[in-house]
Amino acid sequence: MQFHTYDTVIVGAGGAGMRAAIEATKRSRTAVLTKLYPTRSHTGAAQGGMAAALANVEEDNWEWHTFDTIKGGDYLVDQDAAEILAKEAIDAVLDLEKMGLPFNRTPEGRIDQRRFGGHTRNHGEAAVRRSCYAADRTGHMILQTLYQNCVKEGVEFFNEFYVLDQLLTEVDGVRRSAGVVAYELATGEIHVFQAKAVIYASGGTGKFFKVTSNAHTLTGDGQAAVYRRGLPLEDMEFFQFHPTGIWRMGILLTEGARGEGGILRNKDGERFMEKYAPVMKDLASRDVVSRAIYTEIREGRGCGPEGDHVYLDLTHLPPEQLDAKLPDITEFARTYLGIEPYTDPIPIQPTAHYAMGGIPTNVQGEVLSDNTTVVPGLYAAGEVACVSVHGANRLGTNSLLDINVFGRRSGIAAADYAHASDLVPLPENPTEKVEAQIERLRNSTGDERVAELRLELQECMDANVMVFRTEQTIKTAVEKIGELRERYLNVSIQDKGRRFNTDLLEAVELGNLLDLAEVMAVSALARKESRGGHYREDFPTRDDVNFMRHTMAYREVDANGAESIRLDYKPVVQTRYQPMERKY
Amino acid sequence: MSTPTLDKHSSALDAAEVTGTHLIAITLRVRRFNPEVSAEAEWVDYQIQVDPKERVLDALHKVKWEIDGSLTFRRSCAHGVCGSDAMRINGKNRLACKTLIKDVSPEKPITVEAIKGMTVLKDLVVDMDPFFQAYRDVMPFLITTGNEPTRERLQSAADRERFDDTTKCILCAACTSSCPVFWNDGQYFGPAAIVNAHRFIFDSRDEGGEQRLEILNDKDGVWRCRTTFNCTDACPRGIEVTKAIQEVKRALITRRF
Repeated sequence: MQFHTYDTVIVGAGGAGMRAAIEATKRSRTAVLTKLYPTRSHTGAAQGGMAAALANVEEDNWEWHTFDTIKGGDYLVDQDAAEILAKEAIDAVLDLEKMGLPFNRTPEGRIDQRRFGGHTRNHGEAAVRRSCYAADRTGHMILQTLYQNCVKEGVEFFNEFYVLDQLLTEVDGVRRSAGVVAYELATGEIHVFQAKAVIYASGGTGKFFKVTSNAHTLTGDGQAAVYRRGLPLEDMEFFQFHPTGIWRMGILLTEGARGEGGILRNKDGERFMEKYAPVMKDLASRDVVSRAIYTEIREGRGCGPEGDHVYLDLTHLPPEQLDAKLPDITEFARTYLGIEPYTDPIPIQPTAHYAMGGIPTNVQGEVLSDNTTVVPGLYAAGEVACVSVHGANRLGTNSLLDINVFGRRSGIAAADYAHASDLVPLPENPTEKVEAQIERLRNSTGDERVAELRLELQECMDANVMVFRTEQTIKTAVEKIGELRERYLNVSIQDKGRRFNTDLLEAVELGNLLDLAEVMAVSALARKESRGGHYREDFPTRDDVNFMRHTMAYREVDANGAESIRLDYKPVVQTRYQPMERKY
Repeated sequence: MSTPTLDKHSSALDAAEVTGTHLIAITLRVRRFNPEVSAEAEWVDYQIQVDPKERVLDALHKVKWEIDGSLTFRRSCAHGVCGSDAMRINGKNRLACKTLIKDVSPEKPITVEAIKGMTVLKDLVVDMDPFFQAYRDVMPFLITTGNEPTRERLQSAADRERFDDTTKCILCAACTSSCPVFWNDGQYFGPAAIVNAHRFIFDSRDEGGEQRLEILNDKDGVWRCRTTFNCTDACPRGIEVTKAIQEVKRALITRRF
């Protein structure tokens, strides 16, 4: 066991983690723990852009952006947080440009902007060009630029360090963050990082779905670490299904493709979005478009021999425009499907993309232990967190924005807190839980295989809690997840070694996915309404009387050690926008 | 408004939409090494059934998940943007997630081994630290002087285009570990570090070009390049790596960039 002490420890080195690190390193002794190398993080897979009302190419302002974000989130957004997001977006983009980010430029040399789903002028009148972008590799450029600036600032990274436990110590009747326990992949050694402040920026949990745009490594490790220590998870039933994933593979094809003029078509060649969203058409919010695609498929207008997908048609766009604005996604179509997007439409289907829910925080990134109480010293930002700026459905380009705005905020807040605070004593035997977990997996002789359970989980989630849900499908999922959790106790691994044991870590990750899938399904079962990404066919309308509130899920353990999930609710912060019917 | 394209279904689209996967038997021949078990590396053959449209990464997963969980490799995004899974496949550096089985002569054994010139730690996992050190050594960040503008710095589309190619780098090390000079002498910065220096030297906003050029004027710098074009062939992002290195050499002579 090795022991380290820092002022600030950041868990995760994607956009949010590195944006936080740039601030925290200037102000406090900071370590960044990442289970990958920083530049492998999935921020790099984001394509289309980062929203900010720069008004570089047409009239725009942050108030319109705030409204779009709240409406896009189907009014489950905390409106004070959305206002901060939209207001600080402008500086967030300018900061990145000053750090060196190579944005596409207008003829005048300013940052260029393009249209994106749900972003409108004057509260829904028409699409507005708000997305600041670098071809279709904006996330790549953000990740590289932030890493470059971490190198410049001398940020200290612990690469391939896997955080497995959050340490909390009660002092004066208050639970405080004391540090984290990490597993070093190269050696199998356990490390304790005692820190005054800890920031989780470990990303999403999309790997509990089979068809997903998420990386293999997005397994909800941060959410699971705090949840297992009794802290709540907020709005976990809200998961975004991006309309345009490559059919069956789930690889993301940016909404920027539709922003550039791409059109969705069914097997009859019909531009079907005109029926579902007369004003915004193909650029309606993602939940609306994904439901429309599945409606077309269900009603027999899907494409291909089995009618199980639709087309993203770019063939009417000039090849030069595709080369300049969408080079990566057109290459994906060539590489993985063997088709030429200049002349052929691309087979697509909705793909599990983004967790709107996560670890509840306030606008400083401070983690909450209930509806109002802050856990001193604990922070979260990015997809792992729920501020909530995305509510029931995130707008495209608002996640690259979220990681920059709230990554920066949490980095500053955590470092300031660390300055003003002392180390919290570690709990007795801080590594006990992690050591027991690892030894159990290493020594197990059970006959269940990780890959098999994971596949069963993913197939169950795709079939039952995707775009369309009913009480019956969700119950099926809850039951199946329960069965898989039982079987997980009998999982064994083949690699018993200490060196780069990815077999062991995949088993740990599966445990995280199972816990979080259960939270998602249980939260979804209780929400008897349809809102944003959560669509219940048995309750097809939004119910503001009973459900205009955030779900808060807590893990409970009774005297016999039996686990259960307790659901509570938290009011939505409303400032100036009254809920309206959502039309695009 | 465009017209539907569906009446002229191409054969490529028809092929892409075939659902009944037809599996073929392949031999995946993997260079295994685990110092916890043996000091020697060895080739191990795995017979598996795969869809030829799948990726080499899918085949590796199949082995790991169904046959031998100890097979170890790095991977994350699985579609060629994170740079984790550069490896030597049939003797060529590629990303396993961007290489389809059908394109690597599956009728013969497909060989997979760790990228060359770097210390192998286990199976396909190499020590990346020296690679990232060379990257850090070229000061891969925007260097400017004077007061920052309130708004963005202006840059013309043409000036932005000047360094576009080298912004695509994902630091996968496929280029550096394909370079014969680097194999013989690990002190050489290697193509990836030079690519990332190029990205800033030719950025009109940057003022650190001279400093970076001096670093690359070193005996282990750009002059070691023998223009074998291995790096350009290896780059999974299609960056013209050798051209970028030549542009840095030229800038060192002319001091114009």
